Amino acid sequence: MKNSRRTFIKLAGIAAAGLAVAPRKVLASGGQEPVKVNATAVHAKHWAMVVDTTKLHTAEAIDKLAAVCHHIHNVPKIEGKKEVKWLWHDTYAHSFPEQENPHLAEEVHERVFPLLCNHCENPPCVRVCPTKATFQRPDGIVAMDYHRCIGCRYCMAGCPYGSRSFNWGEPRLNLDLANLNPEFPTRMRGVVEKCNFCVERLAVGKMPACVEASEGAMHFGDLKDPDSEVRKVLREKFTIRRKPSAGTEPSVYYII
Amino acid sequence: MHNGFAIVAGLVIFFAMLTAPFALGTMTKQYKEPELKLPKNEKECIESTEWMRNNHMQLLNEWRDWALRDGKRTYTNHKGKEFTISLQNTCMKCHESKADFCDKCHNDAGVSPYCWDCHVQPEGLK
Repeated sequence: MKNSRRTFIKLAGIAAAGLAVAPRKVLASGGQEPVKVNATAVHAKHWAMVVDTTKLHTAEAIDKLAAVCHHIHNVPKIEGKKEVKWLWHDTYAHSFPEQENPHLAEEVHERVFPLLCNHCENPPCVRVCPTKATFQRPDGIVAMDYHRCIGCRYCMAGCPYGSRSFNWGEPRLNLDLANLNPEFPTRMRGVVEKCNFCVERLAVGKMPACVEASEGAMHFGDLKDPDSEVRKVLREKFTIRRKPSAGTEPSVYYII
Repeated sequence: MHNGFAIVAGLVIFFAMLTAPFALGTMTKQYKEPELKLPKNEKECIESTEWMRNNHMQLLNEWRDWALRDGKRTYTNHKGKEFTISLQNTCMKCHESKADFCDKCHNDAGVSPYCWDCHVQPEGLK
């Protein structure tokens, strides 16, 4: 066959057709990952939490949940400005500053509210993190990869809820080492941390620890599933979210 | 040759120093791999010993991304057996001692990975 432009174009056409027929075989040569999601894991399109503050509104009750959370995640106990917290409580004015009015029912005004990372649909912390150490999972959970955190604290500046803590010192110095949860790591100095919606528990089919310990005062489920528990509760009860004007679309809802 | 003696003497000293590590190395003892304390109850690791010796660092590196970032926490090894991806809860359930397993080689090789800054070793924290 003579090597002409015509034969070259013919061959190129055949090759292009071949690529179109079997693109996966050509491109994905041996790129199989030997990993999969746990068989026992629970799944959702978007995890969300509803807190019933008519049932859960005292500092003691919230502190009890915080103790459970902090114990299983080995969160150090530090007093003062260098405090590290995943779950804590605060007043109405601090929790919902934009939704306050001077004639609010006294009973509501006196409640304290459990606060945690809101796992926003539009998380500013993820947008500002320079190393992608904090990221949004496909199921909506805003997770932290401590391996990549460089401790720049941009995410703390970005979070409008103060949900993130920085490990100023060696966190292990403030942990009860005899009473550690050996299943979960501690954190190191110089990383930012926060509530992780118990991803490690969801991966083995359990609900978040605070939800389990709340005795029905907290609901957890798939926001995108109209038949889920959280959607049922949201349909029946009036709920508010924190700082709506920040536009972050929190995934934690409060029944007032 | 000008300054011949000094030049030759200098060269001799230079080559002596250059080859000293090799000469000393043959005189002293042969390097021996440290003796590791292997798990009592398990005969096989998740992959072959040889493979683990060469690749455990890459494997752990991939494991941490798979588990934490991709949320995929079940690993299927070359033989098709499944394991839960976790340094603390899978690896260290068999290798019961960080000091007798990890540290021995790492100390010899002068490597200090920072895994244990966060993960809790089976011995517990002091």
